[in-house]
Amino acid sequence: MSEPLLIDMSKIGRKAYCFPPLDLPRGFDQALPSLPASLSRQKPARLPEVAELDVVRHFTRLSNLVHGVDNGMYPLGSCTMKYNPKIAEHIAGMSEFTQIHPLQDISTVQGCLSVMYNLLEDLSSITGMSWGTLQPCAGAHGEYTGLKMIRAYFLKQGESKRNKVLIPVSAHGTNPASAAVNGFDVVSVASDERGLVDLEDLASKLDDSVAALMLTNPNTLGLFEQDILVISRMVHDVGALLYYDGANLNAILGMATPGDMGFDVLHLNLHKTFSTPHGGGGPGSGPVMVNTRLRPFLPKPDIELTDSGYVYHWENEDSIGKVSMFWGNFLVLLRAYVYILRMGSEGLRAASRHAVLNANYLAAKLAPVLRIPYGKHCMHEFVVSCSDLLQQYGVSAQDIAKALIDEGYHPPTMYFPSLVSEALMIEPTESESVESLDAFAETLIRLVKRAQEDPASLKAAPVTTVVGRLDEVKAVKEPNLRY
Amino acid sequence: MVYPYIPHTEEDRKMMLSSIGLQSIDQLFEGLGEELQLSDSVPISHGRTEDEVQRMIDSIAQRNVRGIPFLGCGCYDHIIPATVKSLSSLPSFVTAYTPYQAEMSQGLLQAIYEFQSMICEITGMDVANASLYDGSHAASEAASLMIGAKRKSSTVLVSSTIHPFILAVLTTWAKGTDRTIRILKEKEGVVDLSILDAELDESCAGLIVQSPNRYGLLEDYSSVSETLHSHGCLFAILSDPLSLAIQKSQAEWGADIAIGDTQSLGLTLAFGGPSCGYMAVTESLMRRIPGRIVGATTDAQGRRGFTLTLQAREQHIKRERATSNVCSNQALAALMTTIHLSSLGWSGMVEAANQSYAKAHYLAYHLAQLPGITLIWDKPFWCEFPLVFSDAKKMRKFLQELRNEGIFAGVRLAALTRQAKDELVLLVAVTEKRSREELELYLAAARRVMK
Amino acid sequence: MSKIVQDLRYSKDHEWVRIEGEKAYVGITDHAQHELGEIVFVELPPLGERYAKGEEISTVESVKAASAILNPLEGKVLEANEDLDGSPELINEDCYAHHLYVLTDCKLDDYHALMDAKGYEAYLNTL
Repeated sequence: MSEPLLIDMSKIGRKAYCFPPLDLPRGFDQALPSLPASLSRQKPARLPEVAELDVVRHFTRLSNLVHGVDNGMYPLGSCTMKYNPKIAEHIAGMSEFTQIHPLQDISTVQGCLSVMYNLLEDLSSITGMSWGTLQPCAGAHGEYTGLKMIRAYFLKQGESKRNKVLIPVSAHGTNPASAAVNGFDVVSVASDERGLVDLEDLASKLDDSVAALMLTNPNTLGLFEQDILVISRMVHDVGALLYYDGANLNAILGMATPGDMGFDVLHLNLHKTFSTPHGGGGPGSGPVMVNTRLRPFLPKPDIELTDSGYVYHWENEDSIGKVSMFWGNFLVLLRAYVYILRMGSEGLRAASRHAVLNANYLAAKLAPVLRIPYGKHCMHEFVVSCSDLLQQYGVSAQDIAKALIDEGYHPPTMYFPSLVSEALMIEPTESESVESLDAFAETLIRLVKRAQEDPASLKAAPVTTVVGRLDEVKAVKEPNLRY
Repeated sequence: MVYPYIPHTEEDRKMMLSSIGLQSIDQLFEGLGEELQLSDSVPISHGRTEDEVQRMIDSIAQRNVRGIPFLGCGCYDHIIPATVKSLSSLPSFVTAYTPYQAEMSQGLLQAIYEFQSMICEITGMDVANASLYDGSHAASEAASLMIGAKRKSSTVLVSSTIHPFILAVLTTWAKGTDRTIRILKEKEGVVDLSILDAELDESCAGLIVQSPNRYGLLEDYSSVSETLHSHGCLFAILSDPLSLAIQKSQAEWGADIAIGDTQSLGLTLAFGGPSCGYMAVTESLMRRIPGRIVGATTDAQGRRGFTLTLQAREQHIKRERATSNVCSNQALAALMTTIHLSSLGWSGMVEAANQSYAKAHYLAYHLAQLPGITLIWDKPFWCEFPLVFSDAKKMRKFLQELRNEGIFAGVRLAALTRQAKDELVLLVAVTEKRSREELELYLAAARRVMK
Repeated sequence: MSKIVQDLRYSKDHEWVRIEGEKAYVGITDHAQHELGEIVFVELPPLGERYAKGEEISTVESVKAASAILNPLEGKVLEANEDLDGSPELINEDCYAHHLYVLTDCKLDDYHALMDAKGYEAYLNTL
């Protein structure tokens, strides 16, 4: 059942919420200076005027037309859709945190600062880095921050011609975009037949005009860059820096650290690896961690622990400045902290081990029917190609994905990375039980069979949802972006 | 061994390994090599049960002190209906991913469409995006948009009266690139627009201003958009969206870009985050607006549906040609704002804005009567105003006395600008949530100290 | 098999150029329109502006991809193809009949540096 717009249920005179009457002395009320007409709003806005029950039913019904991790498996590669613990939600709702203003006197916010400081300590240990910042609000924001620090580092060294950032073709789109926004030129690095960074190609592109190489490890094919120590040496030998996109950290939590691999700076996605909820597309959080080389450039203020408690430290001259309005997405940081407290060192290690076990188990089940072009074993995710299905039966990755929706699953990531044609990137995460994996595998295998026997039925999918495949061309050509 | 949120039994592991043809999970990590593999996990503390975690957090939480906040500067304590928390906590909203698979995400996409629509209505603009990180992000994206829209431009003019932290973020945005921001000075608490025309040169892409500004004062932008447009420049105005219930909207000023933060519409203080940035533009800038946008369309059966659209602008297609790198936004926070606006309606917004105005003026009027405190400028303001104290010692006593009454009296401007010249300035915010009792408590304490 | 027209010249970024007297017509090739899929929007350059060779001058968008058009030869924009405003899909129908924009006062050296039809065909085979 589709849901009308709330504005279409509007009726002037209906009120969902009542304010207490204005309680000021009568005399003052009358003497209140009115706003000059030249500054006053002229035209009222058209917002829904409805009753409280209308609001409640509207959004409750809308929530029934959304699929979350709480509803079912979400094997979205590169997104780490793991379970979001309820205890974290509960704690993030505590008024001891929600009712604290960011600009309160520092003596009154020691609890918040304690959470942030402890989180920074834990994230430093988890990543093998020296320290970091919690200001960035998302992974891409973290990339922006890290790259800005890299730029500042080289300018401080007097090396202003380091204008290039090397990025593998398989990287997530935010990597080159973040580099471009920071004024860098982006140079692609090729992959070899193993699906890993092509060392020869890398060598040919490394010189003293390169500021950094951005990598994720394991990469977007779910494969561990086994040459990472060699790569690190090559990059540092030309005086460049190594940036780690932490989107795939779930594969190596507690098993290895980016710091040991030689990375100088990285961002984390708390809404991936550290289980803070995705919220339909945010808010997330993208802390940036650095080694000692880049520490002076961290955004300000930093948080320091002194004898009299936590203080803000604003004095670092080389800091790149501020990247967020206040201190970061605090309630998201709090959830990540709770997750880390729950898991502890042994739990985090278990998370990556089971994430990798789950992915390999699922890959082995699917390999007989769907081609996995790269890797003997994978790490926490793997990529299948539907190109054989397309060639033989005209069924594309998108068709398989849409058919999965009718089976009650959110489809895996489609058409990424572009290295694999008709790609579906599958990341089960450690949250899924073996029964859950078996059911998913069995469903996919059944769909592949259907693709062979009745391809038209897949091309019509989804048919059980409130709308079918939408006319995206019309959406762009005849934009309707508001009521 | 059972780990939190990991359902596998010992049997499960054995069976799964044998179906892959392995004996141990370690074998799956051999590719890491001996040098990198940690023998024993990372050095943080052991895991804790829910109960232990709650106790630990409770003891940390006790180190926070709550007070009656007369604090603003970009984060405001407004009344929030109970519907906001309740409905935004519905599990599928909370745990859903970005709605790339439109058919199964209609609920979320429709909510975003409603958010976009309401932002357009409030600002008077034609197109709004699905949200940005916060007001400072909206400002830097606006600056990027302006430069992208004007060939060979590299400078953005910025009023010195915008929020000091937004100014800091813009300064960082320009650092290390060939873009610059140039400050337009203030005069008597508001931006000095008399010198605007002289400041506009070939390299200038636009102007960013803020009203209410950093001091809480409302600014007058008459003729600004004509001046800017005659030089081929764009005009962006940062505004607290609730203030738009009574002050002129960005569209009414002839602005091209409306930006700001929706924290004052349904979001708790939360130590400053998460917040929610908004951006809305005129139709001619539709293809330049960054971030996600939801559009309405139809399916093969003619049923109306919503989908992410104009995606060609986004980072996952344009890659290094993208003019913005934004991916995740603040979807759930934007949902809270949508529920809040749905619960208030326009009449509720006007009521909240009017009450904030009235209460702020009440407090300001009486505080200005006291010796040693002055309302710095006699200029229109909405719910926040700047006081200056005659000496630092009195100011400290004032803040302490109010603190003793459980009141956070205001934000010291110097805490934001970090400049000695601002040491004696206090920014006081009064919202509709401040009861008469709280106002009188404030005044009584103030009178005791400043007599 | 990509359609290539004989008497045009081609750039590595899949643009074609046709000289007619003082004017240079610029469009995108069959290979490019095929890669993009159904074209939904074309951003055209402002008239009278001068663009260098290799400078980003236009964008051709489909639902899934946006292609930056890099100006293949230095010149001043004389005309923009306004047919594309309402019907951008004309490019999909016949990309050689529907140009994007027209330049005048061009640098002919840039034109001669472009590939001829044979050269472009060979180039396509390397991709």
